[in-house]
Formats: sequence, C-alpha cells, structure tokens
Amino acid sequence: MTVRGLSFHRGERAIFREVDLDIPRGKVTAIMGPSGTGKTTLLRLLGGQIRPDAGLIEVDGLRVPELGRLELYQLRQRMGMLFQSGALFTDLNVFDNVAFPLREHTRLSENLIHTLVLMKLEAVGLRGARELMPAELSGGMARRVALARAIALDPMMVLYDEPFAGQDPISMGVLTQLIRTLNDALCLTSIIVSHDVKETAAIADYLYLLSDGQIVEHGTPAELGRSPSPWVDQFMHARPDGPMSFHYPAPAYESELLLRDAA
Amino acid sequence: MRQKHLELLVGAFVALGLAAFLLLALKVSDIAHIGEDQGYRVTARFENIGGLKIRAPVTLGGVRIGRVVGINLDPNTFEALVTLSIEPQYDRLPSDSSASILTAGLLGEQYIGLEPGGMDDFLKNGGSLKLTQSALVLEKLIGRMFTNAAQGEAPAKTP
Amino acid sequence: MTGPLERLGRWALERLTALGRANLFLLRLLGALGFLLRRPGLLVKQLYAVGVLSLPIILVSGLFVGMVLGLQGYANLVYFGATSSLGTVVALSLVRELGPVLTALLYAGRAGSALTAEIGLMKATEQLASMQMMAVDPFARVLAPRFLAGFVAVPLLTAIFTAVGILGGYLVAVVQLGVDGGAFWAQMQARVLLWEDIGNGVIVKSVVFALLANWIALFEGYEAHPTSEGVSLATTQTVVVTSLAVLGGDFLLTALMFGVW
Repeated sequence: MTVRGLSFHRGERAIFREVDLDIPRGKVTAIMGPSGTGKTTLLRLLGGQIRPDAGLIEVDGLRVPELGRLELYQLRQRMGMLFQSGALFTDLNVFDNVAFPLREHTRLSENLIHTLVLMKLEAVGLRGARELMPAELSGGMARRVALARAIALDPMMVLYDEPFAGQDPISMGVLTQLIRTLNDALCLTSIIVSHDVKETAAIADYLYLLSDGQIVEHGTPAELGRSPSPWVDQFMHARPDGPMSFHYPAPAYESELLLRDAA
Repeated sequence: MRQKHLELLVGAFVALGLAAFLLLALKVSDIAHIGEDQGYRVTARFENIGGLKIRAPVTLGGVRIGRVVGINLDPNTFEALVTLSIEPQYDRLPSDSSASILTAGLLGEQYIGLEPGGMDDFLKNGGSLKLTQSALVLEKLIGRMFTNAAQGEAPAKTP
Repeated sequence: MTGPLERLGRWALERLTALGRANLFLLRLLGALGFLLRRPGLLVKQLYAVGVLSLPIILVSGLFVGMVLGLQGYANLVYFGATSSLGTVVALSLVRELGPVLTALLYAGRAGSALTAEIGLMKATEQLASMQMMAVDPFARVLAPRFLAGFVAVPLLTAIFTAVGILGGYLVAVVQLGVDGGAFWAQMQARVLLWEDIGNGVIVKSVVFALLANWIALFEGYEAHPTSEGVSLATTQTVVVTSLAVLGGDFLLTALMFGVW
C-alpha cells in the first residue's frame, strides 16, 4: 500500500498536508500521533469511506479514491477493520456478529459457517461466549469479537483503529499479542492507528509519527526511541511538556487575568 | 425456533390487517349494494330537489325498493331530472304513480317516496313518473310563515 | 453580527439543502429495495418491530376513540331524533380522518421515534460505518427493510384502528345506549362509499402517511449527530416533523378528495 501527497481538508482546517506513507505487505505498521491528528480519518481514507482532496492512495495496485462502488466493495471484502468502539451489531449475538460478513458475502451452508465462526472465535479465545449479546461483553471482549468478525472473511489486510484505547492492562496485553500472532499466522498486513506508545511499539515493525497533518518521523521502534528530535522524544517517552505544548493556544495568562479584573 | 415464532406473529398481524380491510369493505361500506343495481330505470322531473343526493333511497309505503342513480338538470325546462333505479321484483308499479321528495325526521336525509296510482299498465324501464312533488325547502317554508304572520299582525298593530 | 434577514436567509438555505438531502436519501432508499427480494427474512423481523409491537396501542386507542365518537355523536344527535345516523357519523369520521391521521401520529410516537433512535445509535456506535467497511451497503441491509416494513405496516394498522374504532362505536351506541343495531349498520352502509371514502381515506391517506412517517424517521436517524444529544434531538424531531407533515398532508389530501372549492 502506498500513499503519496495525500491532502485532506475538513472545512477550513487542513487535516493532512502532503502525507506520504508506505505500508509493506505482511508487516505490522503503526501510525501514531496525539489525539485529534486525524488518525481515524486516515483509516477512513484508506478504506475509501471518504475521498481525499488530492493525492494518491494505492491498495494492492488499486487506486482507492477512483474506484467505483462495486470495485470498492470488492476491495473492502479483502480488508477487515476494527473500530474503536468495536461497532458490534447490538441486535445480534456474538456468533451472528462474526457470521455476519460470511452470510452477507458467501453462499456457504450453515454448517460450514458454524465451523468457520467457531474457528475465528477460538482464535480470539471467545468460543465459549458465542451466545452472549454485545451488551453483556466487557470492552476488551467486545473488541476481540470485533477482531474475529474483521478476520472472518480471511482478509489480506486489517486496519485497527485505536485497538488499545480504554483497555485495562490485561486486555491490552491480550490484544497486543493477538494482533501480532494473527498477523503472522494469517500472513496479514496490519495497520494500527494508536496513541498508546508502549503497546504499539512492542508489536509494530515500522512506525509513522503523525502530527499537525504531516509525517514528523518514521522508522522502526528502536530507531525512533533513539531519535534526536525533541518532538519524537516527547511523544515516545510521554513527557507532559515539550514542543507539543501542554497549553491549548491562549492569550498570555497574565493579561487575561488582568483584563478580567479591569472589567 | 425464534424465527418461526416471529414469522407466526407477523403472519397473524398481516392477516388481522387484511381482515380489518375486509370488514371495512363488506360491513361498513356500500359494497353490498354495488352490483345489485339490476333494477329498471325510471325518470322523474322535479322543480326543486332540495338536498337530494345520488344513492338516496326510494321507498314505497316505507319499504326501500330502489335508489337514486342520477341527478341532472334539464337545460330547456330548468327542471331537475332524477333517475331512479327500482329493484326488478317490484315490476308492477302503476304507471301513474307519483313521487315526492321527503325528509327523514326534521333534519334527516332526503329520500324519494312513491305513492302508487290506479292505472292498469305498469312502469317499465325508461318510463317516467309524471306526478311529482318537490322537496320542502325549509328556508322557503319559514319565509312564508313570516310573511303570513306579518300580514296577520300588521292591522292589529295600527291603532 | 448577523442581521435578522441574514439569519432568515441562512435558515432558509439550510432547510432547502436538508430537503434536497432528504430527497436523495429517499431515492437511495427506493433503489435499495430490490435487495429485499433476495432477503425476505429481514423484512419479517422489521414487520414484527414496527407492526406487531404497535398493535396494542393501536387496538386500545382505536377502541377508545370509537367509543368516544359513539358517546359524543349520540349526545348531539339525540336532540334531533337522528340517533339512527350514529353509525354513519362514527364510520365517516373514522374512515375519512381519524383512522389514518391518529394511526400515523401514534405510529410516529411508537415506531417512528424508535426507528430514529435505532438508526442514530447505530451511526453513533459506528455500526453503519463498520458495515460499509465490511462491504455491506447499510441502505440495503439496514434502512430498506425498515422502510418497507413501515410502509406495509401503517396501512394495515390504519385498517385495524378504523375497524376497531367502528366496533367501539357500535359497543357504545348499540349495546350501551340502545340505538337500533340494524339502523346503525344500514345507515352506515348507505352512506359510506367503498372507493370514495374507504379507498381515499383508509388506503390513499394511510399510504401517503406511511411514506412520510418512515421517510422522516429514517432520515432523522441517519442525519443525527452521533452523540447522545444528537440522537435525542433527532428522536424528538421525528415526532414533531412527522406530526406536522401528517396533519398538513391530511389537510391537502382532504381538500383534494372531499374538497368543495
């Protein structure tokens, strides 16, 4: 997958300016950056849900923004996506959620679907939870079910949107390991969008750091850990203040307080 | 199992809806009278039909024997031309029968009442009723009452 | 600073573009209906949700409205000695106006608001987006079955409401107040016309209201802001807009069908 000169605006605000990315096949690539830098938007661009203002997005040789609806849908059948919230269908139980893409896109017999769904659920360790409704699952379990659903059609690539956000340490550990093992076992191409540095760095083969609509730095986790850039240093080591200011842009503190007193 | 249950309930719902339509059509509306119109046609001329409507009943001795199927204005005589459909089993009405427009109750709907005559030949399809009596128009009636009263009172008032 | 005129202009433009989006939405919805031929099972589930589950409120309301019509009609007609026309009064009010209008209003409150909330929440929880990413068109899979189910359910519910209402009127008039049963039905049958009254009232009106109610409910849900406030606003909006559209539409339809101008 290649991205060249990608630009995207929302209203007046530029979300991306001339972004270039290369995502190699069979590897785990992570795109990291502080909240609000448009990481989710990037995934939606890759999945063809929104179109860029300019630039090239090529997935497996196909130019995503130029695809017709039918071709796009064919491409998406080979892409799995794990949403931040899990996005399980609340009116279906775990089994039917995982079976959903199989039932929509294949004409397999119910027997075969049963087997396939149990295999996917086994892979995420939730075979025993197949009768539960999404509301009965914990956040971590819901995300694992969503992961099982994302790989139900044996896609060539999986997009993860903030897979670790809001998880307790144990679920985080489970998910980190799952993403890595699934990637290697199923020969997937994985793209993780996240701001959880430690977990992401632990499993990613290659990292891109995104800030203010541009790629600030990229490299393997080890390379980035040693980066001389103060920004990368702040982000990778989670320092509260640095080039990324702790304060939201505001007028000078003193003048604002004094102004209030005067008024 | 659950799907079966669902289908059963939905089936019952659709059946209930259709049954309601059927009830409305058969029990509430005039469908029972549609298609029964095999009666013979007779016309009658009236000076004024008041509030007579198409489908108003035609009765004889209080028994409904047909209904009004057409109301037109004769452009030459400016009379109302009312077409009646009379059920075929009443085919022995004397040809000099008379028709009047009556009102059910004080403010009820208007209908046509027939009064049998004494002739030996009978009304046939396309025939006409010669003797008619127009509707009582309430406004005219009241108007006349007032003029009568005024005429009666006028002398008494002058000393 | 914006003057009142600018605000009015902006408001009008916003309304117009929303109307345009609503029309495109309806077109996509109609375009997606073909999908249901392959998956009739989806329709059954939605018919249950909007039809079967709306039955209790429709049955109870219909019965009470009919009974009230019977009581009020009797109280007024008895002065003119015209209680035998009670059947006509009850049936014509229900068939021409109250049946289709009240059913549509009750439907908007009971099923329309639920549809909006459901779609709005599916959007807020990214279920629609995830469906798209699974290469499943939410219009075909989620919206079209709900639309068609509602479109079928409203006329059926209207017929049920009207029929139950007339039975309610019968109960009060004939069983309770002693109006002659034969006159009740005979007068009704003499005055209620199959096509002009039942066709126009129960069928044409309810089909138009079904279109309005479901279109508005689904559109509001689909356009809802993906937050809890957005969904609650959209739900309220559905009930308000549907009620206004149904009442306004009813006036237009009545003027066209039974109008005397």
